[in-house]
Amino acid sequence: MSRFPVDKIREDFPILWQTAYNRPLIYLDNAASTQKPVQVIRTVSGYYETDNCNIHRGVHFLSQRATEAYEGTRKVVQRFINAASSNEVIFTKGTTESINLVASSFGKKYISKGDEVLISIMEHHSNFVPWQQMCIEKDAKIRYIPIHQNGELDMAAFREVVNEKTKLIAITHVSNVLGTINPVKEIIRYAHSFNIPVLVDGAQSVSHLGADMHDLDCDFFCFSGHKMYAPMGIGVLYGKEKFLEDLPPYQSGGEMIKEVYTDHTTFNDLPFKFEAGTPNVEGVYGLRAAILYLQDLGMNNIRDYEQELLHYATDKLSAMGDIRIIGTAKEKTSLISFLIGNIHPYDAGVIIDKMGIAVRTGHHCAMPLIDWYGIPATVRASFAFYNTVEEIDSLMEAIITVKQMFG
Amino acid sequence: MKISELQEQVVSEFSLFNDWMDKYNYLIEMGKSIPVIEDVYKTDQYVITGCQSKVWLHADYKDGKIIFTADSDAVITKGIVNLLIRVLSRHSPDEILDADMNFIEKIGLREHLSPTRSNGLSSMIKQMKLYALAFKTKSVSGN
Repeated sequence: MSRFPVDKIREDFPILWQTAYNRPLIYLDNAASTQKPVQVIRTVSGYYETDNCNIHRGVHFLSQRATEAYEGTRKVVQRFINAASSNEVIFTKGTTESINLVASSFGKKYISKGDEVLISIMEHHSNFVPWQQMCIEKDAKIRYIPIHQNGELDMAAFREVVNEKTKLIAITHVSNVLGTINPVKEIIRYAHSFNIPVLVDGAQSVSHLGADMHDLDCDFFCFSGHKMYAPMGIGVLYGKEKFLEDLPPYQSGGEMIKEVYTDHTTFNDLPFKFEAGTPNVEGVYGLRAAILYLQDLGMNNIRDYEQELLHYATDKLSAMGDIRIIGTAKEKTSLISFLIGNIHPYDAGVIIDKMGIAVRTGHHCAMPLIDWYGIPATVRASFAFYNTVEEIDSLMEAIITVKQMFG
Repeated sequence: MKISELQEQVVSEFSLFNDWMDKYNYLIEMGKSIPVIEDVYKTDQYVITGCQSKVWLHADYKDGKIIFTADSDAVITKGIVNLLIRVLSRHSPDEILDADMNFIEKIGLREHLSPTRSNGLSSMIKQMKLYALAFKTKSVSGN
């Protein structure tokens, strides 16, 4: 294995130092939410100890300090995702809200009867239902990019389904069930050749691959803080300035307003136009600490180590026999969905949990995809850079126990 | 036997187990002896929502008593449903509606009760009580 300093990194994550059912806690549910390093935890509590106040409005000492930190984080995010301007960085509650914002505002402005929105069959419900509902409302049509059995997008079918009615493509960068890294750059290039904008759901990619808006050239990109070692309830919507300028506001009230008259209201400029109400300032502080933590470790180092974990786990699982891995794309992040023989994932999950290991079982908020595979659910182990090969060995032992109990 | 006595019986059986594995092995065994629902009722109409695994539940009403049959695609769930059936089946609607299902906590299965989308035990109990309510209403209006 590599010289990645995992032992030292684990010292930064106090939650990992405990036991569950008298066994060392092994956390392999990172695709659902990642744990937070002390650097993030201390930043958030430090915010309440020294900086807490409402931002933007006050002329006082605290408000200026907190506003500077909040707006400074916008620039940190801008650099982290290589966006052209900090006006393109909107703070939201998370990926779900970011997508809902675009579905609502883009739908209002650009979608009419008979138009088509194209997503894929592997989308998380958060990148599925907002479009579906918007299309129902607008009498528009939602269409799906199919996948191959190995969990890769059917790119030939994708090119077939794009047509003059396609008004937007919304696609996940990485599947939360399969781990597939989709060729989003290729999709964006193709879509742009027909002037179709593309939204990329980056919830499952940012913490593993980083994100480069200049390189991707997507029109919208959404991600959540809590899946990248930052607090819950904070997320980002990146949008190209020309679109964000053009779209109507999503919610009203607070900093998004410029002037209110009894008969009309004028709205604030970007990025404030899309940030209604008092924002999640502690979350933004935490997000900054998380980004700095990731940058300190180096996204390339993270990716290399997590790929080692993925390959180690894949090899071990494959060698075990009677294991069906769901999602065997060539390019994957460190996530494996699998079935153990005919054992129901719920049964497996209950026993694996009793052995102190947190995995996810179920449909992972991607019911259309699970239905497509014709399976009831999967067991999903998702690894972060604080996981170890020893923990993967423990997972394998737990799987053997499951097989013994239900075999 | 009364519902409360049946609950005590289950609690004393579970008190024999020293560790979780024995307990779950017993649940797995319990799953094998479930009074299986007839195939005609194994349809979406009889599926209990809120469970990560599929649970089908059916109830018959005979001589003032409700008889439950069920099935699940997960073995542990099947064992848990069978425990519920063992405790509640063959009782009157009123007895079922009044039952305080405290045995679940006592045998350490409370985690299956938590109101999350992955745990359907509370949905199962709710559905069984709904059947009881339906049969009660029916028999009252029938009189």
